[in-house]
Amino acid sequence: MDFINLLAQLAEGMGNTLLLFVLTLVFSLPLGLLVAFGRMSNFKPVQLLFKFIIAILRGTPLMLQLLVVFFGPYYIFGVSLSASYRFIAVVLGFSINYAAYFAEIYRSGIESIPMGQREAAQVLGYSRAQTFVKIILPQMVKRVLPPVTNEVITLVKDTSLAFVLVYTEMFTLAKQIAAARTSVMPLFVAGVFYFVFNAVVAVVMERVERSLAYYN
Amino acid sequence: MNVLKMANVKKSFGDLDVLKDISVSVDKGEVVSIIGPSGSGKSTLLRCATLLEQMDSGELWYMGEKAAGNDDEGHSAYVKDLKKFRRCFGLVFQNFNLFPHYTVLKNLMDAPVSVLKRPAGEVKAEAMALLCKMGLEDKADAYPCQLSGGQQQRVSIVRALAMKPEILFFDEPTSALDPELTGEVLKVIKQLAEEKMTMVIVTHEMAFARAVSDRVIFMDGGIIVEQGKPEEVFGDTQQERTKQFLRNYQQ
Repeated sequence: MDFINLLAQLAEGMGNTLLLFVLTLVFSLPLGLLVAFGRMSNFKPVQLLFKFIIAILRGTPLMLQLLVVFFGPYYIFGVSLSASYRFIAVVLGFSINYAAYFAEIYRSGIESIPMGQREAAQVLGYSRAQTFVKIILPQMVKRVLPPVTNEVITLVKDTSLAFVLVYTEMFTLAKQIAAARTSVMPLFVAGVFYFVFNAVVAVVMERVERSLAYYN
Repeated sequence: MNVLKMANVKKSFGDLDVLKDISVSVDKGEVVSIIGPSGSGKSTLLRCATLLEQMDSGELWYMGEKAAGNDDEGHSAYVKDLKKFRRCFGLVFQNFNLFPHYTVLKNLMDAPVSVLKRPAGEVKAEAMALLCKMGLEDKADAYPCQLSGGQQQRVSIVRALAMKPEILFFDEPTSALDPELTGEVLKVIKQLAEEKMTMVIVTHEMAFARAVSDRVIFMDGGIIVEQGKPEEVFGDTQQERTKQFLRNYQQ
């Protein structure tokens, strides 16, 4: 009974963790592609700007970035933001941070595709946009799946960092309950939750990989 | 009328002058082979003709229309819209460069449908007819990785033909193939020659060049050293450099 009670208490946190996870992926996966375009721009200033942005995002703690996103608007611009901004800041911070990692993964995927593919498309008269969407992107997706899976699994565990903005994701709750009950059980349950979550992620990503295994 | 005309083409990469004032033209129905040692500029010439490289200076014409000419300073200036010129030619690569994520049929159909905006049904019928001609009709639904090198190269020839080009370029079409598989590709090119397809073939297959070409061009050091009918270039070689090259080849 007590265990069921514990799960019920943690459920809200699990929902919040899942929500943060899904929203982060929804925003960061496409955003990463835009950042990758900026990073690969032939226009030097743009390329350097994105290189700098990526360096900052990868080179500083996510926790710190979340604080900057949340408190920055007030301290830098004097804008006072409503209470609901807390949640927006969490999602924004996570999405921007993960977009930087995805961008570099995408870039490596795009650059690993043989020049001949682009040249063949060019000779056949494909426009630049057609070449990217029809020829480069599908092959890039296949190549980047394993490193993207890595990031997605890291994201599942990183969601616990949202506690710095007092977002009650699951781990925050588990710690509170563990303290209140002076028991390690909630933390153990939290560990199992992450493990199962990631097992599901791994299975799904493996399926996706297999669905693209029809060509080399 | 010349299908292709290139005049006074120059191209360097850094300090290296790869093409030094090359002029060449190809008539309708003509088959031209370009031979020469590695680094002689053969492939670069082909890449300039197919707009994969920009000439530093010189003119490029297709079907009597100028795609690039020299500006006041003698640098090549390309016309704005090169699209229609790209429709004039096809290119068969050494490494095939088929799209690995598409089936053979999709490889053949995608460009005619999405670039030329032709109806899919019509394109499919033509593509299947071309595959039949090559004896590859049972491979329509296969992926390129399931084919042998020779089959892949034949598919890539069909892919180029499906765009109905005026002229077809081949960049060492058999160099990536096992000796056993070169025959099937050369046979296809020979067949195209008999059908009076205009072709420019960069090749190391001397016997093939001799048999199939109307004209052979020997290039070395970024210039055309010698050119003429195959029996002239191979049988009655004029230039010492050409003799030396052919001698090395026979050994």
